[in-house]
Amino acid sequence: MNAGSIYVQRPGLLTTVQDLGRWGFQSLGVPVAGPMDPFAHCLANALVGNDRRAATLEITLVGPELEFDDERLVAVAGAKFDMTIGGAGVPSGCPFVVPAQSRLRFGPRQHGARAYLAVEGGIDVPLVLGSRSTHVPSAMGGHAGRALARADRLLLGPPHGSRTRLASRRIASASFDREPGRVRVLPGPQRDRFDDDAIDVIQSAPYVVASESDRMGFRLLGPALRHSRGAEIISEPTMMGSLQVPGAGQPLLLMADRQTTGGYPKIATAISADLGVAGQAAPGDAISFKLCTPGEALAALIAGERALLAIEG
Amino acid sequence: MNDVFRILPAGDAALLVEFDERVDEAINARAVALAEKLRISRVRGVLDVVSAYRTVAIYFDPLQADRSELLARIAALRADAVDEPVASSELIRVPVCYGAELGPDLGQVARFAGMTENDVVSIHTASTYRVFMLGFAPGFAYMGKVDTRIAAPRRDMPRTRVPAGSVAIAGRQTGVYPLETPGGWQLIGRTPLKPFDARAADPFLFKPGARVRFEAVGRNEYERMITAGHDP
Repeated sequence: MNAGSIYVQRPGLLTTVQDLGRWGFQSLGVPVAGPMDPFAHCLANALVGNDRRAATLEITLVGPELEFDDERLVAVAGAKFDMTIGGAGVPSGCPFVVPAQSRLRFGPRQHGARAYLAVEGGIDVPLVLGSRSTHVPSAMGGHAGRALARADRLLLGPPHGSRTRLASRRIASASFDREPGRVRVLPGPQRDRFDDDAIDVIQSAPYVVASESDRMGFRLLGPALRHSRGAEIISEPTMMGSLQVPGAGQPLLLMADRQTTGGYPKIATAISADLGVAGQAAPGDAISFKLCTPGEALAALIAGERALLAIEG
Repeated sequence: MNDVFRILPAGDAALLVEFDERVDEAINARAVALAEKLRISRVRGVLDVVSAYRTVAIYFDPLQADRSELLARIAALRADAVDEPVASSELIRVPVCYGAELGPDLGQVARFAGMTENDVVSIHTASTYRVFMLGFAPGFAYMGKVDTRIAAPRRDMPRTRVPAGSVAIAGRQTGVYPLETPGGWQLIGRTPLKPFDARAADPFLFKPGARVRFEAVGRNEYERMITAGHDP
């Protein structure tokens, strides 16, 4: 049985297939990839009744135009775009039906850098090392290892047919704790390789996301950090959210497509709950870092989890 | 033992275990062994365990993993691991066609070393290298240690495109580019082997802790192996 597909009329600026990432192969040099805003990816999936691991489309700054060949329930979370189907507006924050043979068109962007489009049944690209995530620098996963291009056709997983129950799903935005541009951090792991006041310095003023930023990481412009014992370490594993500081003192925020290892000291690490806040920053946007405690980090994560569970029911 | 052993938090979703701050086979062997034991012990909520030169990172889901259980497990495994010998891993033989257009920097490395290209090849093929870690790209192994006589530094201007299979030197490290990527290492030859092949039963030629020897082959042999590789 043909499970349905999406035809790409216009790809948008950078639209990639992402699931929760390619875990388990970093020791062999394979980057994790996955969504830049993992929470928004999960929200979009929750709204259409998908498992969180289902693949979504990550849509960056300029959205696509997509033609659906069968009727599907769709939801978009994260960045907010004006969207239309056959000229009619589409509500945001809740699932909607895209009729068979119709086009979903992304228009002007209102806020945020990355939207996640979930389709009931998920995007069905082949699994590569256990994941559907696209890692463009190594041409791995997703659709042919690259961003979507005009005239691509994406297969969809089978619809699960529980639509009436899903139609009432909504994002209750008050139920989770995210503030645009504010990223909470925990110190380390190389906190001891910087001047004593370095943690104060990163909190002293916002950093601007430079234009040479991408899914691998954000180059940040703001107060410089001073190393106390040199700017190189023996290469070691990297984390999404690591604030890595090369010799010039301007930090680099490592994101989803980061290389698995790096040789610069890391002053701090963004907490899991705020990775998506960073992921919603576009070049030119500001990010303010704020030190928090492990308890606050966990509380923020639990708040997000409750919001997801409330939708998943 | 007075060795360094520290467990540091790396955010709320990873721990970093540090051993002595040196690039050393025995230290790396401890990191590789600890990582392997942690993988086998399948601690709840752990997503990935990654060894590097002298560190092991443990990535976990903070909502699934019990941090104190994880810390206890690391400490217990470390206690088991210290007396183990350096893992006697398999030897991987890598055929290389050195020099000419497949190794455009061999001449530069020879000038650095003040010897002939053939001497550089003899020295590069004389050592057994250890895979200290993988990184940079899928299947890219950082191997060492290269003989100091031929340990030429990175190129001043990195290349925007290095062909897949290129065998290269950067200081005391040597490696094989698995994919066509940018790269700044000195290219001394090329191998018909694929360090990463997504379609193979085991996609990865090199693993942390593996031992590697390079073997010089002529251009005809190299071409024959390329052809054979495409038509098994």
